[in-house]
Amino acid sequence: MFAYIVRRLFYTIPILIGVNLITFFLFFVVNSPADVARAHLGEKYVTQQAIDNWVAEKGYDRPLMFNSHAPGTDKITDTIFFQKSLGLFTFDFGQADDGRDITTDVLTRMGPSLALAVPSFIIGIWVNICVALVVVMFRCTQLDKAAVALFVSLMSISGLFYIIGGQYLVATVWRLVPISGFEPGWMAWKFLVLPVVIGVVSGIGLGARWYRTLFLEAADQDFARTARAKGVSELGVLFRHVLPNAMLPILTGVVVVIPALFMGSLLMEAFFGIPGLGSYMLDAIRAQDFAIVRTMVFVGSVLYIFGLILTDISYTLADPRVRLN
Amino acid sequence: MDIDSIKPVILWTDILIWLLVISLSTFLFTLRKNPESRAQWRQVFSSRLGMVTFIVIMSYIVLALIDSLHFRKVLPPTAGQDANTVYYSNTVNSVLDVLLGEMSERKERSYSAPFSLKSFTKENMNDAEGVLYRGYPDLHHAGSHLTDKTQHKSDLLLQSLIGIAKGLIAGLLLCLPFRLASKQSELPLFTGVVTVLIVCAILGWMIHVGNLYHVLGTDRAGNDTLYDSIKGIRTGVLIGTLSTLIMMPIAIILGICSGYFKGWVDDGVQYIYITLSSIPGILLIAAAILQFQVFINLNPGFFEVGLEKADARFLGLCFILGITSWAGLCRLLRAETLKISQLPYVQAAHAFGVSHIRIIRQHILPNVMHIILITFVLDFSGLVLAEAVLSYIGVGVDSTMPSWGNMINLARSELSQEPVVWWNLLGAFFFMFTLVLAANLFSDLVSEAFNPKNRQER
Amino acid sequence: MQDDKQAVLSVRNLSVEVTNSSATPVLKDISFNLYPGEIFALVGESGSGKSVTSLAMMRLLPEALTITGGTVLFDGRDLFCATEEEMTAVRGNRIAMIFQEALTSLNPVKKVGAQIEETLKLHSQLDTKERRARVIELLEEVGVPHPETRIDWFPHQLSGGQQQRVMIAIALACEPDVLIADEPTTALDVTIQKQVLDLIRNLARSRKLAVLLITHDMGVVRETAQRVGVMYRGEIIEEDPCEDFFRNPQQEYSRRLINSLPDQKHFREACHPHPLLEVKGLKVHFPQRKGVLQRIHDWTKAVDDITLSIGRAETLALVGESGCGKSSTGHAILNLASITDGSITFEGQTISGMSRTAMLPLRRKIQVIFQDPYSSMNPRMTIQRVIEEGMISLKMGLTPEQRAERVIDLLQRVKLEPEHRFRYPHEFSGGQRQRIAIARALAVEPEMIICDEPTSALDVSTRAEVLNLLQELQRDLGVSYLFITHDLSIIPQLAHRVAVMKDGKIVEVGTTEAVLTEPRHSYTRELLSAVPHV
Repeated sequence: MFAYIVRRLFYTIPILIGVNLITFFLFFVVNSPADVARAHLGEKYVTQQAIDNWVAEKGYDRPLMFNSHAPGTDKITDTIFFQKSLGLFTFDFGQADDGRDITTDVLTRMGPSLALAVPSFIIGIWVNICVALVVVMFRCTQLDKAAVALFVSLMSISGLFYIIGGQYLVATVWRLVPISGFEPGWMAWKFLVLPVVIGVVSGIGLGARWYRTLFLEAADQDFARTARAKGVSELGVLFRHVLPNAMLPILTGVVVVIPALFMGSLLMEAFFGIPGLGSYMLDAIRAQDFAIVRTMVFVGSVLYIFGLILTDISYTLADPRVRLN
Repeated sequence: MDIDSIKPVILWTDILIWLLVISLSTFLFTLRKNPESRAQWRQVFSSRLGMVTFIVIMSYIVLALIDSLHFRKVLPPTAGQDANTVYYSNTVNSVLDVLLGEMSERKERSYSAPFSLKSFTKENMNDAEGVLYRGYPDLHHAGSHLTDKTQHKSDLLLQSLIGIAKGLIAGLLLCLPFRLASKQSELPLFTGVVTVLIVCAILGWMIHVGNLYHVLGTDRAGNDTLYDSIKGIRTGVLIGTLSTLIMMPIAIILGICSGYFKGWVDDGVQYIYITLSSIPGILLIAAAILQFQVFINLNPGFFEVGLEKADARFLGLCFILGITSWAGLCRLLRAETLKISQLPYVQAAHAFGVSHIRIIRQHILPNVMHIILITFVLDFSGLVLAEAVLSYIGVGVDSTMPSWGNMINLARSELSQEPVVWWNLLGAFFFMFTLVLAANLFSDLVSEAFNPKNRQER
Repeated sequence: MQDDKQAVLSVRNLSVEVTNSSATPVLKDISFNLYPGEIFALVGESGSGKSVTSLAMMRLLPEALTITGGTVLFDGRDLFCATEEEMTAVRGNRIAMIFQEALTSLNPVKKVGAQIEETLKLHSQLDTKERRARVIELLEEVGVPHPETRIDWFPHQLSGGQQQRVMIAIALACEPDVLIADEPTTALDVTIQKQVLDLIRNLARSRKLAVLLITHDMGVVRETAQRVGVMYRGEIIEEDPCEDFFRNPQQEYSRRLINSLPDQKHFREACHPHPLLEVKGLKVHFPQRKGVLQRIHDWTKAVDDITLSIGRAETLALVGESGCGKSSTGHAILNLASITDGSITFEGQTISGMSRTAMLPLRRKIQVIFQDPYSSMNPRMTIQRVIEEGMISLKMGLTPEQRAERVIDLLQRVKLEPEHRFRYPHEFSGGQRQRIAIARALAVEPEMIICDEPTSALDVSTRAEVLNLLQELQRDLGVSYLFITHDLSIIPQLAHRVAVMKDGKIVEVGTTEAVLTEPRHSYTRELLSAVPHV
């Protein structure tokens, strides 16, 4: 197990280098820094001087990969790739276009993101499992059919409508909670209730339907028949035999996203004005602040790979048959 | 309209979608030969649900295809112009625009409610005596055929009936050959015919009444919402199909090779897809689209008309969406190929000295086809939904392109207005929901029929 | 004779149909009695409705099937009239069940002790400590070694035989009156099968247990059962005491079942031709890797230094239990798996380590038939194309017309309709598919065919037909067979010589008669004694 984790950690290095190369290619090779500067400063009516200034200010005035004019090791180090891309490995994210330090921004914005993402995630899974269990209990009845129809309809509605509709109903018509905003500390709850509820509701269709399939698959297996032959009631079969086995595939889908919770939710945070990483990214995308986008790509990849390793570990804990090798 | 007065405009996405339709039909046709896949398709279509959803999806696709035949009209010669050169309009139209009549050219000043004759917002107006007052002005293009405005409601009813009748007649003509061809069939043809008639009736009504009133009102800029929603179909359908299709060949080749050859090929392919899928999809899309937009803006010379720019961005979006969803298919194919290449029939082929290429083509590819098909239909609805979200974020299709995402984006604060403007959201919601629901239901049936787990033999 | 009054459980006119379908019923008027201390065997081929009967008695049928009539009288009441709650009190407590696949029938994420204990928890008043003691006692009774430690193991850590023993322990936990055993030994090796059958027999005797044994294996019936019921297409067509049944079966179908058992009295004469294939010191090892750097720390020795030879028109049977390396040997000879050491020569040509292209001319000469007739043919190819494939890839230089002619010829040879050559594999039954597989192998005119358990997935009657066909072809065409099998009973009439394999090594080789009548190695003797005889 230990050896496996160490090996997996080693394996992340080439992946992160790959991610780095892709971002480097996207951000500096597809369009040169000068092109980006031109796009930023207004396409047609911009002087060469302004572009040069912008590029120099951001530190993009170096060659891309190889600096033939620099002495010694600077040939390699005094380049955009070394300065801007490899710097990510040391978690040196540099500055945003407005001059703020990205690392501090990321750290302060993580809190609100987690405050929204963690409850949505936990309550979401819990609700989905419960709904799916109830439906499975009534399998092969009209209720089951109706529930599946409902799930499919629910998942056919765009997430945007859940948010817009929920805001309209709960915040505008019923005036139960504020439409949007955030406040640090415990008072944040009143701002978080609505997005969490909407997040959970919008996920029911897809989640519960998937879990239902998993439960049904497990309920069809031989061990469930053995349990019934032992005299276990249908409810007991469901909770003591089907659920623990169906948890295995659920784990793969669920654990991998846990680290990604740090990234927050783009849509939710934007609509509800929560100052987390999601809205941070959205603002960066809309302002075309590539330094932030680049950082978040890197952070996201690290978290995803971390999630993969976590999935493997959780699998060994949940399934006695799996030994990591 | 005579043929010399138009100039066809061929967009990249137009070519691709037509190519796709042609290749998909030939693919399905070859599948017919195998009794097993024929039985599977029969299973899909023998349920009423399968028939209805298929026809709904097909109507969307047909509208999208008609909307993918673009042309530019000749501008009428103006004074001081060389008589020999022909100038073409800068707006690109499609065959669908022709079918929809004058819907596209019926702009109002601002909001108006569905079927309304008057504007939704007050304006300064002068009464008969020239006194300035604030009131709701008449719309330019709604109910202009009415001589007596009090007949509004009865006219609406009458025109609706005419529209529905027109649609029904068209529908009957459409169904007639099928009805005659196969009287005896295990397929629920009656349900099919009814669905076609309903779809045609709705379309007929929309076109007929939509040319007299604003059926779904107008948006802030005074554009007809129904027209925008219908034009959004092409974007939705294309993004759902092209994204998967563009990346599919690569996913298939890499996935199968990785599962078949194993060893370092496998390591390489796995490395590629883990790396790609580790980048948060939305950020990858955002970054790629932003960079692509910079590129488009800096190279305006490549594009003759504005629509071509939008089309290039659209194609880029499909491509990058394909990349983000590519890893999933590749992984599935790899796993399935690993399984199949252990099966006795592949082993037997090895024992016969069959070449690798032949084994992949004859034994592996046909037996992973169901996965490719299921992925294709499953991804479709997800991609249509993704388009809306991406457009909202600002990295979706070009803002000049009609799409449901852009409609939602423009209308996102309209519900909190007083009084509420709801019809723009409703238009986008209705058209998107119908398509996605039909696609989801259909893909359920397809995956149920093609999933080997559900096979009844043995 | 016993009558209904003494019966613990009696099934009367049980009928089962496919839900909402007018197709032919799955079960038609099934009636039988179970008596204490007696083993009643229900025999039949696949699809005859044996398992459905057992599930219907327990009211555990899947939703696709519905009980349409009949009664199951147990303890003076009709189980079909009981409420679901009363039923759960019967299941596992009074009537217990064990299934074919012990591994999948046990919950993979629960310890075996907990799974046995669950039955006790449901049906008895014992406290935690007593229950644990009882579980250990049960494990001991069914013959699981070291029950104190095994109680905390997970099912996958146990061997196949032990898993089935745990299943039996679960079934016996509450001292039921009836045990339903649905093909309890089909998935097990012969030596383990014998032990499990002995256990069931002893339990039936010592506990006065009424056992319903469902099986397709006539040998098992002969060895274990006291009474036999033959099922055919959803009906019990004959019911007799075991002795009478084997001596004098009433029905034609029963006679066929018994007669389809291979003749074990007569052995095939050994012949001594020149060796066609020679295997010397063959080793197939798989590395086991460990640690951060994935260094090879040990080897799994699938095939460990075996030597054998097969002559022209000779059949060598390679016998062994699952995991003994017999299939790996076959793959190594076909050059489908890389070998670690040793040499394989065919007609004096060394083929081990030959490249893919260099091997091509030899591929025509060595062919293969696999075990599973369902997965050995590409479901998306017509039979014509399946058989043709080798002729095309091995460049036999035939025109399409000649190939078609040859396909027709081959199909006739394996006794199939040539008109069926444009059909797809799933339109054929298991036995027919296995014949198509034989035709495919013959298409390239091989000199040797490796038969990897070609009959173990088939029903007894079909098995005999396929075996006869193979022998006929050997006589006509002079092909050699390497016949890989776990089934000793089919060997006498089939093989000239036998090699017995255990743990990657050949423990004994000799003429069929010598090995089967005067085995020298203890393992061979163990194998032979475990084979159920009719």
